[in-house]
Amino acid sequence: MEAYREIILILAATIRVATPLVLAAIAGLFSERSGVIDLGLEGKMLAAAFASAAVAAATGSAWLGLGAGVAASLALALVIAFACVTHRGNQVVAAMAVNIIVAGLAPALALAWFDQGGQTPQLDGPGQRFLGIAWPWAQAARRHPVPGLAYAELLSGHNLIVYFAAALVPASAWVLYRTRFGLRLRAVGENPLAVDTAGISVNLLRYQASIISGILCGVAGTYISTAASAGFVRDMTAGKGYLALAALIFGKWRPYPTLAACLLFAFADAGAARLQGVPLPGIGVVPVQLIIALPYILTVLLLAGFVGEAVAPKAIGVPYTKEK
Amino acid sequence: MNSPRIPLLLALAATGACAASAADFSPAIVYDFGGKFDRSFNQSASVGAERFKKETGIAVHEFEIQNASQREQIMRQFARRGASIIVAVGFTQASAVETVAKEYPDVKFAVIDGLVDLPNVESINFREQESSFLCGMAAAMASKTGSVGFVGGMDIPLIRKFALGYRAGVAYVNPKDEVFENMTGTTPAAWTNPSEGSELAKSQFGRGADVVFHAAGATGIGVMQAAADAGLLSIGCDSNQDYLHPGSVLTSAVKRVDVAVYTVFTEARAGTWKAGPRVLGLAEDGVDYSLDEYNRKLVTPEMEKRLNQAKADIIAGKISVPEYKAP
Repeated sequence: MEAYREIILILAATIRVATPLVLAAIAGLFSERSGVIDLGLEGKMLAAAFASAAVAAATGSAWLGLGAGVAASLALALVIAFACVTHRGNQVVAAMAVNIIVAGLAPALALAWFDQGGQTPQLDGPGQRFLGIAWPWAQAARRHPVPGLAYAELLSGHNLIVYFAAALVPASAWVLYRTRFGLRLRAVGENPLAVDTAGISVNLLRYQASIISGILCGVAGTYISTAASAGFVRDMTAGKGYLALAALIFGKWRPYPTLAACLLFAFADAGAARLQGVPLPGIGVVPVQLIIALPYILTVLLLAGFVGEAVAPKAIGVPYTKEK
Repeated sequence: MNSPRIPLLLALAATGACAASAADFSPAIVYDFGGKFDRSFNQSASVGAERFKKETGIAVHEFEIQNASQREQIMRQFARRGASIIVAVGFTQASAVETVAKEYPDVKFAVIDGLVDLPNVESINFREQESSFLCGMAAAMASKTGSVGFVGGMDIPLIRKFALGYRAGVAYVNPKDEVFENMTGTTPAAWTNPSEGSELAKSQFGRGADVVFHAAGATGIGVMQAAADAGLLSIGCDSNQDYLHPGSVLTSAVKRVDVAVYTVFTEARAGTWKAGPRVLGLAEDGVDYSLDEYNRKLVTPEMEKRLNQAKADIIAGKISVPEYKAP
């Protein structure tokens, strides 16, 4: 019974930790499937985290914060697209430039506007954050742990963005594999010349993919600052953008395997939090450093041995030049 | 650009060398990552600097570190410009202080939370284990479930010191109570990860804890938020954080960095400043637990009585609080 309770709680934490990873990984999936490397996930998320917290603090509305977060992330996505698609610049360099700019600019703006050392004010007013939504009878269901606790912890009690992320994966799979737009998007990442020959604009498709990526990163960043915590702090994305990229590669650029990879990383993270200081049978207490490194060790092991070859979209990273 | 001023400065130095007046006193302070408004450690230091400024009318030169390479640069710059004393806030600044203090043996330095053995450096440390002990007692007395939590920031000896004192305080009240201990990480990023902090707190709540103490800088903001969201109790750190979530913050392990900064400036000005190590604990009012209008309702009179009794016993040496020694 105790083990059951423990597992349910770890799974609930997994869902919370996985949400920004899923959003960012799916954002990267659209962009990379169109042939544009999306190293800018981290910077776009951080910009959104800052913009949403700043606007939510100033206006008192989480929804306006979400709008600002999406707008900030979208603007950066368009900057990267302008450099890489229109002007055929190096995609890695442009994206890293954005990451570095945001890492410095967000705390600088926060310092100038709020004068609290590069943070935004604490969000604690009603409506400033996305809070968990309790489903009907969730409290009552806890009295019958099987399956009530699972219902109360896993299905109920999350905020809107978590449910959005959950719905996003099947929706993306449908768009990618069942619609004309999805077919063209996949084609442009594999063989842009063929798409061009068919009379479809390569640049337009890549811009559309960048816009989708910008919007989703905006939602992910908003989740980090206004749902998972209450306000912006310097470097608060803490590498989640790169982790999402790893999950995307691990998931071979497909929606469901990518979701599985995100959940695995999040599970390792949530599990690690609970393993600290707990004596394991036969081993004793494992040093905290090893436990904190566990998700990364797992990543390296899995990427090295277990997933098989991950084949990237063929045209990824190559700017498309129309034949003259 | 500076050249025309140098003869003037030399002239001033020549005339004023014997009788240093208040106008010559020029203190400087270097804050660590997090900045002077981190609502915690650095902010406490800035309160001390502000108090000195207000009481004496003497300007204090301040600098907030943005990246690690700036530490030595700014300290050299302050030293070159004739700062009377340079206070470096935070354990990560110790090596920079050591380098620059050797280069400028005539300039006074003070490092807070670090240890630098040089004839012109004062090293100020706190007995954090003593305030953590009191917070552990408060946690154990307030807990209804018999389990409490601790969330540390970066896994360093200083934070282990907090954890050990806290455990001892919990055990002093109720030896059977369980303490869950989590560290956020092993890099400086562990100080600025509130979402991980709130995840760690939630995992401890899930295991039955109903009071959680953080020693995690800005990560702790997430810890306290999680406690407030869940309707449970948290304990603040370094600055008095009771006001952040009134009714949910049981107390704070206050570290009077402000007193340390103010004292260093005042002594340096009066000429009574001495180099060497100095350790501030409960007896010196260097650390304490907080009690104000925001947590008045949470700390019952019996709790207050026991806490004050323990405080007196620690000062008198009747209770010995274990101190973490790095292996």
